[in-house]
Amino acid sequence: MVVATPVTRLPRPLTGLRATGVAGMVSAAVIAIATFAAIFGPLLAPYNPNLPNLSLAWVGPVGGHLLGFDFQGRDVFSRLLAGAQSSMLGPLAVVILSMIAGALFAVIAAWRGGAADAVISSGLDILFAFPGILLAVLATAVFGAGLTAAAIALSIAYMPYVARVLRGVALRERTQPYIAALEVQGSSATVICARHLIPNMLPLIVAQGTIMFGWAMVDLAAISFLGLGVQPPQANWGVMISENQTGILQGYPLPALSAGLCIVAVVIAFNVLGERLFAQAEGAGR
Amino acid sequence: MLLASLLIASFVIFAAVYLAPGNPISALSGGRALPASSIRVLEARYHLNEPFLAQYWYWLGNALHGNLGISITLRENVSTLIGQRVWTTAGLVLYASLLILVFGIGMGIVAGLRPGFLDTSTLVVTAISAAIPAFVAAIVLILVFSVKLGWFPALGNGTDFVSNVQHLTLPAIALAFSALAIVARVTRTSIREESDREHVQTAVSRGIPARQLIRRHILRNAAIPITTISGITIASLIAVAAVVETAFSLNGLGAYLVQAAQSKDLAVVQGISLVLVTAFVLVNMLVDVLYAVLDPRVSLGSRAQ
Amino acid sequence: MTGPLLEVDGLTVRLEVGGAKRPVLRDVALTMRAGEALGLVGESGSGKSMTARAIDRLLPRGAEVDGTIRFGGRDVGALSGADLRRYRNQVAMIFQDPRAHVNPVRRIGDYMTEALRTNLGVPAAEASRRASDMLSQVGIDGGPRRLRQYPHELSGGMLQRVMIAAALLTEPRLLLADEPTTALDVTTQAEVMAILDELRHEYGLAMLFITHDLELAAAICDRTAVMYAGQVVEVRESGQLHDDPLHPYTAGLAAARPDITRTAGRLRAIPGRPLSAFEAPADECAFAPRCGYAVDACQAGLPEITELDGGLARCVRAPELRGKLGAPANA
Repeated sequence: MVVATPVTRLPRPLTGLRATGVAGMVSAAVIAIATFAAIFGPLLAPYNPNLPNLSLAWVGPVGGHLLGFDFQGRDVFSRLLAGAQSSMLGPLAVVILSMIAGALFAVIAAWRGGAADAVISSGLDILFAFPGILLAVLATAVFGAGLTAAAIALSIAYMPYVARVLRGVALRERTQPYIAALEVQGSSATVICARHLIPNMLPLIVAQGTIMFGWAMVDLAAISFLGLGVQPPQANWGVMISENQTGILQGYPLPALSAGLCIVAVVIAFNVLGERLFAQAEGAGR
Repeated sequence: MLLASLLIASFVIFAAVYLAPGNPISALSGGRALPASSIRVLEARYHLNEPFLAQYWYWLGNALHGNLGISITLRENVSTLIGQRVWTTAGLVLYASLLILVFGIGMGIVAGLRPGFLDTSTLVVTAISAAIPAFVAAIVLILVFSVKLGWFPALGNGTDFVSNVQHLTLPAIALAFSALAIVARVTRTSIREESDREHVQTAVSRGIPARQLIRRHILRNAAIPITTISGITIASLIAVAAVVETAFSLNGLGAYLVQAAQSKDLAVVQGISLVLVTAFVLVNMLVDVLYAVLDPRVSLGSRAQ
Repeated sequence: MTGPLLEVDGLTVRLEVGGAKRPVLRDVALTMRAGEALGLVGESGSGKSMTARAIDRLLPRGAEVDGTIRFGGRDVGALSGADLRRYRNQVAMIFQDPRAHVNPVRRIGDYMTEALRTNLGVPAAEASRRASDMLSQVGIDGGPRRLRQYPHELSGGMLQRVMIAAALLTEPRLLLADEPTTALDVTTQAEVMAILDELRHEYGLAMLFITHDLELAAAICDRTAVMYAGQVVEVRESGQLHDDPLHPYTAGLAAARPDITRTAGRLRAIPGRPLSAFEAPADECAFAPRCGYAVDACQAGLPEITELDGGLARCVRAPELRGKLGAPANA
């Protein structure tokens, strides 16, 4: 009989990364680039992303302007770099919020079991009835358009998905012999959860978070596209698509397309990496 | 359980008026200044001087009778406004659902039953398209099929049935795009998994011919997860339709919801939200019923997750 | 019926294991006459299930098969299409875990009559009637009602009986039973064994009974074959297996089982762990490292099969060990 050995250190991220294969590593690279752009974008932008110059509107790639100009004559490449910040920050907030809330509920439900579990599970089931985008639109109607309202609304809508997955894992871990051993030794529930239960769930948490980043990015970009999230003239990939949509019809597709490509590339990267991490987490859990 | 969700959702929608900063009157009027007579009308209609739960009761009762209030911007009945636009959205969602079911499940079945080139290419294509959000697909489709090729109109609704379908085609494809990929992948995986199951081996060992094997043992069993994922993705279309309608300037409920949110026309927002959430819950209920029909181990209301 | 019913000769099967093609069966040879029961005994990884699957042509995709399997004189490997399906109706297989092997979304009646309706063209009503009858033969009454039930409504033991009944409906001549009672509790085990034995005699079926339990096989089979690491190491009349085995491994198996009639000071286990076929070396006796009687000659080359006293043994020292391998008195 094999007894699960408790993990009390955090798993080393790099060795795990190498195991995700070529696709996983390429995805990680893309994500790294996007993160870099998100942090340093505004500093690295070669031209001012916010200064309109209507005489240059829709001009194609020329000179140092790799991607040309947008509908207000701003350098597209610079605007993409600057836009990385809000495009990546929003999903990050959503992921962190929903994972914290989801993990908390999952662990409480799994640990207490019985009535607490039933109540929490029913509550989560009810939340499933709200599609994320709808809740975000409702929130922005009530609280005003902006990233904050949308991000919080999405976190609430995503939370049940996180909680459901994590609850399953937590339940499985809960019944392992080493947990019972710790309980007998007199460790309190909080200590056991914090020091042993959650670290063992960490691979799955990371995998779920990665995939969720992709969803959140799509949803938030959609909200910004609708004009209910990040407001123009602030740089944001979703906003850029909406702003430059007329360009598509008039024969200047580059600004909108390049923003779209950024979104798609980063989302694919998160999806691929997330799937690989999931496979790893499932394999390790047996 | 789903009915409880609907009830609670309606409550949240209703309570939105109170969550807004300021008092309910300013929320309902969207921050506009109103003459005293209008304020009295609002107070009477929404029973603002009565206890909270009573107000909810009135609102819900009105809603069930089709009375969803008045749009502050257009001064018309919300229900009428919804009625004018609901067919566009319904048509769009139905069109997209058809595409998803036919092509998504179709591709998945082909990829699942035939390992090899077809399968790997399906996997790659779906991995990419699953990540393409509807509005990105929208602009690409407009660019390629409308501007460059001129096959389909880019924006707007169309006038009669045929031109309606024409105008809805690109939006339906954009809406179905990523959902199709997900359904195809899950279909393929389900078929693969079912093919390897022991009961299929048993049937093989009894000499059941291949065609029957596929139909009665693989497809029939895989139908369970396939139905579930199809239902879930189709339900999600209801929300994403708003994005597609906006991108294609379609005159649908989703686009109207967005406009109302921007102009803070709360009554409209509430009304449309209620309709959309109800539709969402109904689709989920249908999936539950189908699931119970397909899987005799499961009793109604306990969809195995 | 003049010749043997089933002849397996030189059967070698290779599967993809860890990226390379490894053997899971090596030079397996068996013969069965009509109506005979042959036990096939071995530990996990010995290849006993794989042998049955090879006979029924149920090997996984990508399996390489050498050697011949002849049923009623015809080469099984060469069958295809309608011939193969007809063969599958003459050879029935029952499996270890009934719940996994019966389609959970179809009714019992559907499961039982499927082969009859599809391959033999029996009309539905007649097929249901036969299924009902067969159910009462395996000890399940309320036939028509049972036929309408779903698998999850029946217990494991009942489901196993249903599987047996379904297997017999096509009137096969050979029954391959792959550990049919391993997943059941002891009482149910005894009942199912009794049913198998009775029906076998009634229908004159040949049966290949696969199990890890030497005594169980010896109880209802006329002859027993023992497998180790993908090879047949002994074939013997069941009655003599315990007292006069021909191979050290068989002796070890027999001695290792605690005897309910005697008090033992200590259980005798065979040292080491059982080897799977793909781990075993190709040119020496696979059992040698664990064998108490091994000599240098055992590792000089792959032992051939020796015929002794009506049985077969794959052991270099078999003739000289004859008579010395019997179950020793426990200390």
